[in-house]
Amino acid sequence: MAHIDFKNNEPGIRGPMAYSPETAAPMNQLAEILLRSENNSLSKGERELIGTYVSYLNDCFFCQNVHGAMAGHYLGCDIGQIEDLKRNFVHSDISDKMKALLTIAGSVQKGGRFVTDEQIRIAKAHGAIDKEIHDTVLIAAAFCMFNRYVDGLATTAPRDPQFYVNRAPMRAEHGYIGSVAPAVAVDHS
Amino acid sequence: MAYINVPEGVPGIRSLVMFRPETGKYLYELAQVLLRGPSPLTEAEREMIATFVSHRNNCKFCAGSHAAAARCLLGDEAKLMDDVLVNYQAAAISEKLKALLTIAGKVQILGKEVRQTDIDLARSKGATDLDIHDTVLIAATFSMFNRYVDGLASLTPEKDSDYVEMGKRLAEKGYSVPQQQPIQ
Repeated sequence: MAHIDFKNNEPGIRGPMAYSPETAAPMNQLAEILLRSENNSLSKGERELIGTYVSYLNDCFFCQNVHGAMAGHYLGCDIGQIEDLKRNFVHSDISDKMKALLTIAGSVQKGGRFVTDEQIRIAKAHGAIDKEIHDTVLIAAAFCMFNRYVDGLATTAPRDPQFYVNRAPMRAEHGYIGSVAPAVAVDHS
Repeated sequence: MAYINVPEGVPGIRSLVMFRPETGKYLYELAQVLLRGPSPLTEAEREMIATFVSHRNNCKFCAGSHAAAARCLLGDEAKLMDDVLVNYQAAAISEKLKALLTIAGKVQILGKEVRQTDIDLARSKGATDLDIHDTVLIAATFSMFNRYVDGLASLTPEKDSDYVEMGKRLAEKGYSVPQQQPIQ
């Protein structure tokens, strides 16, 4: 059971977001531009993979399943392949640039100061531009927020990974804005 | 020096938002609604929670600027901010705020660290669902801001006095996106 009464039965982050639509709006706008904007040299699959990896490190079941399914949808991978990437991207066949960016994301998950000059140097040597490094750090940081919102309030969600795989094409088409059901009015007084 | 090419001499998150205003807009909107919008927690209490989490994340820029904002909002009781950072259980703050800071401290570690006993204690001190919601989201949001600011090695002013003006601006004007300086 969740720690508070969201006054709705939405799964995962959608529960508190429908409960608090004023804060949900900029959070969803942020997710939309970071993960779905076409104006980005990182592919949507690559950006979802960064979010998935950080959510995995934060042990957030809901986020790693939602975004793992999204990454799989865009990258043409099944759940097993996404699981393998989360656990061992270093020995996978993704690009050296993505390996360097995922390494930076892993440091951000521990804390901002864990990112090193050397990690940045390697990412740039493999062709990462400033905007890609910026977005990697901000995606990783944003998932440290989303993951804590989901688990800090003990939200509940379906346990079957297939549930998330089935929904991924719809979410990929419609995006994150408007992903939250019309809110029940909450009295903030 | 920052890891990416942000405007020189601009401190902390402001430099990052000037580099990427498309995302910065929503980061500032979130800070404004969360820290200045409707909430059962006072603005000073919310800034204290933000500072507490930033301090534990070792983010000098966020801790410095939000502590300065909290001191402005606290007025004659500005010292409470410093007392909270030294030992919040001994500070002259409400029992409810102490229980909420305990929850914020758990969120700073990881969401799953928040236990039913933490929630029960907060409720026994008068915390409502909205108090708990806002506390968890402030702690989660600063777990993002702190990582953003330090993960890109943005400029962190060294002296405490550098933060006084920042705090005054945040207390009086809230959170609005810094405008790009016109190129001379």
